[in-house]
Amino acid sequence: MTAKTDVRNYPGFIAITILCLVILYAPLLVVTAYSFNASASITIWEGLSVRWYIDVFTGPESAKFKSAAMNSFSIALMAATTATIIATCAATAMVRGGKFRGRTLSFGLISLPLMVPEIVTAVATLIFFNAIGFTRGYTTILAAHIAFCIPFAYLPISARMQGIEGTYEQAAQDLYATRAQAFRYILLPLMMPGIISGFLLAFIISLDDFIITNFVKGAGIETLPTAIFGSVKQGIKPNIMAISTMLLGVSVVMVTISYFVSKKDNTQ
Amino acid sequence: MSDARQIAIDVRDAVKRYGDFTALKRISLSIYDNEFFTLLGPSGCGKTTLLRMIAGFEDVTEGAIYLYGKEIEDLPPNRRPVNTVFQNYALFPHMSVLENVMFPLEMMGKKGDAKRRAREVLELVQLTQFANRKPSQLSGGQQQRVALARALAPQPKVLLLDEPLSALDQKLRKAMQIELKHIQRETGITFIFVTHDQEEALTMSDRIAVMSAGELQQLGKPTEIYEHPRNMFVADFIGETNLLEVSVDSFEAGRAVCHLGGGHEMHVDAVDGVGIGSKVHLSVRPERLYLTDVRADPDALPATVLENIFVGTNIMTIVDLKDGPNFTIRAANSDRGNARVFDAGSAVYVNGDKGAARLLVD
Amino acid sequence: MAGGASPGGSATTDTYAGARNWLLMPAWLVLGILSLAPVAMMLVYSFLTKEFRGGVIWEFSLAAYDQFFFDRGLFGDEPPRIEWTYISIFWRSIWQAGLATLMSLLIGFPTAYFIATRPEKVRPIWVFLITIPYWVNLLIRTVSMKFLLRDNGPLNDFLMSTGLIGEPIHIINTNFAVQLGLFYSYLPFMVLPIYASVERYNFTLSEAAADLYASKWVTLRRILLPTVKPGVIAGCILVFVPSLGSFLAPDLLGGAKNFMIGSLIEEQFKGSAGNWPFGAAIAMVLLTMVLILLLLFARQQARADREAGQ
Repeated sequence: MTAKTDVRNYPGFIAITILCLVILYAPLLVVTAYSFNASASITIWEGLSVRWYIDVFTGPESAKFKSAAMNSFSIALMAATTATIIATCAATAMVRGGKFRGRTLSFGLISLPLMVPEIVTAVATLIFFNAIGFTRGYTTILAAHIAFCIPFAYLPISARMQGIEGTYEQAAQDLYATRAQAFRYILLPLMMPGIISGFLLAFIISLDDFIITNFVKGAGIETLPTAIFGSVKQGIKPNIMAISTMLLGVSVVMVTISYFVSKKDNTQ
Repeated sequence: MSDARQIAIDVRDAVKRYGDFTALKRISLSIYDNEFFTLLGPSGCGKTTLLRMIAGFEDVTEGAIYLYGKEIEDLPPNRRPVNTVFQNYALFPHMSVLENVMFPLEMMGKKGDAKRRAREVLELVQLTQFANRKPSQLSGGQQQRVALARALAPQPKVLLLDEPLSALDQKLRKAMQIELKHIQRETGITFIFVTHDQEEALTMSDRIAVMSAGELQQLGKPTEIYEHPRNMFVADFIGETNLLEVSVDSFEAGRAVCHLGGGHEMHVDAVDGVGIGSKVHLSVRPERLYLTDVRADPDALPATVLENIFVGTNIMTIVDLKDGPNFTIRAANSDRGNARVFDAGSAVYVNGDKGAARLLVD
Repeated sequence: MAGGASPGGSATTDTYAGARNWLLMPAWLVLGILSLAPVAMMLVYSFLTKEFRGGVIWEFSLAAYDQFFFDRGLFGDEPPRIEWTYISIFWRSIWQAGLATLMSLLIGFPTAYFIATRPEKVRPIWVFLITIPYWVNLLIRTVSMKFLLRDNGPLNDFLMSTGLIGEPIHIINTNFAVQLGLFYSYLPFMVLPIYASVERYNFTLSEAAADLYASKWVTLRRILLPTVKPGVIAGCILVFVPSLGSFLAPDLLGGAKNFMIGSLIEEQFKGSAGNWPFGAAIAMVLLTMVLILLLLFARQQARADREAGQ
């Protein structure tokens, strides 16, 4: 089809699309590139080096980063696992539980963390823990993370379940499986890509959260984002760029896995 | 059908309502042991609803369903010795063919015997060599057989088939019709078959229940239903027919004299409930009519040929009765027999077999 | 999103209707306690008296809202006048978020359109490329932006080396930097819903328009845009709402002068300078605004769905 006969193509749209991608990726690529800068100054390029990566693990701030990373990853793992289990149960009720009163309300509650601005959630959670006299620390971060991870786990899982025809469980029941067996042997394996995808997204969301964590963490405990934020307040240092690049890499890898897992259609 | 035969499924006054909508309006029917029984009707007539009620996927609003004399309302689907071949097959996509067929046996706790029995059934449907394939690697016809094998494996008392052939192409469909019939005879299991295809129903069934708008219209053997449709719906739905509005003028020797309009008359066997002056419908099967160019039979009707339509095995001729209705006549496309093809515009006479026309009460 | 008939999609079967309440219980409990109850508690706190070391005294007070809306002079004894300080911060936030939304729309619409008109096989790859940056830590993205935009950062270096500019442009710590940061943070949110509606758009309509003597641009304006409007509105809401309450972009890119609501709220919970009831009250005002917006949006989408259904 030529440009003249094709009513779909608008000249210039491709240029804007490329501009869009450049805008989205340029900052990330620049930081990645500069994280390999040998220089101690972030302004001058002095050649390729992994010096700052080594610094992250062995430098003067390595202990701080190590404990922050431990906190971040352990919280992300627990929060994502819990949220995924809760979301799987909820999705089963919502998608395979028929029509019921309170369905819209339940969906509203599940997506509440997506609708309320993050800063409001942060303030509200802080106030809540204060009001019930709960000391802020590791546990409060974990609890807050579980809550806001639920919708991120829920969406891919329920989307997946909606794509699985109801006749599969009915066939299983017709063939002498109980409801529990139909869930265990039929529905769960078919849902697995959605569950994995939901878990990975929840994991990244937890790993990345700054605002809510910053409010509910209390003194003396850091996660990677709060540690990075604290450092950046005094200016961007090369070791921060190295650690950011690593975190960025983790996110990209996990999103990519999630993408390919959810693409995998095991119903065919 | 003799009454001595055992009743497999007994549906008594079954009603199904969804809110204000009544899907089934008080249906009663008995399906005999070892029978190939078909529920036939257009989509939305309630046939699938009835099937799903027997399978246990829908509850019965009023009335009851008995399986070999036992009420089954309280049994969940997984406790009913009844299996379904689903319209879209519902083969578990993450399991191999063999695993699919073994599934019900494992669920029944027959783990030890499962593999042997599964292979036996796969042999019955001639799919042994595909045992380790995934359903997605099979053709539509093969998937259909797997679904059948899976439903037969646990040796159900009754097999329910929900339009199982609707996704297959014409040729495969014909072959499967014959094969299904064979399998039914071989296994001796009662088959309840749901379809909207009247030809399929006529080909395969021992008995047919014709349904429409949630009601049972007629129940009987294929020949009964075809030759003696009880009402307009059945006559129109089963096969092709010329449906004419007529008025009964008088009776002569037990036959009603029907006025077709334009002074044309037809003598038809009288039926209960039709008196002089009744305006009723007449069903005339097109293959029971033939054309001649001379009036051999005094009852033959004079007409003019409008057009001939060639449909492969048959030739359909549409004729116009002067000042009366049009008729469609079907003749076999064959050199044998006395059927002749007349050009459009020819003057002809329409002749009918003795039982060609039937009066319909409603 | 645009076009969804019922929230959360429709129920496909009722196989697990019997276990429904048990299955939903964990979600209800966790979200009820950790999402709903905190918002309720925040509302309560906004009506309490401030405690000077942070926290609250359990005594009813309207002081927080009074402070937000009224100016009663230095000693609080003058007749109340409208307090413009906080309203103007809200106004600036709305303005900044609005400009960021507009920028996202100008870039996002052509991008979404372009992707939606690619061959069906490659569309998911384009969409994936657009979504990856969203999943990268917002903090890291904002820091990257800060790094890029510095006076002697890579962007200025690049522009000077090309000879386009003679000396560095000062972008960082300006309103524009904040807009750029917000735009960058939420751009994927603009692209995705527009993409979804353009993908469903029936291009025969465009061909019909062309056949009836409409030029491409007239077709775009008169046929395509009205048809995909729900997606465009969804995109605008999805960019505007998080921009409004954002904290990182104004804090890291805007500097002290370009305060937005997020920073204002955060201040109230930092050490002794803070004022918890006031912070809670500001958060309540923000939440109310956002919920009203979302409600209007939901009604608009429902209407669009009805129209599309006819």
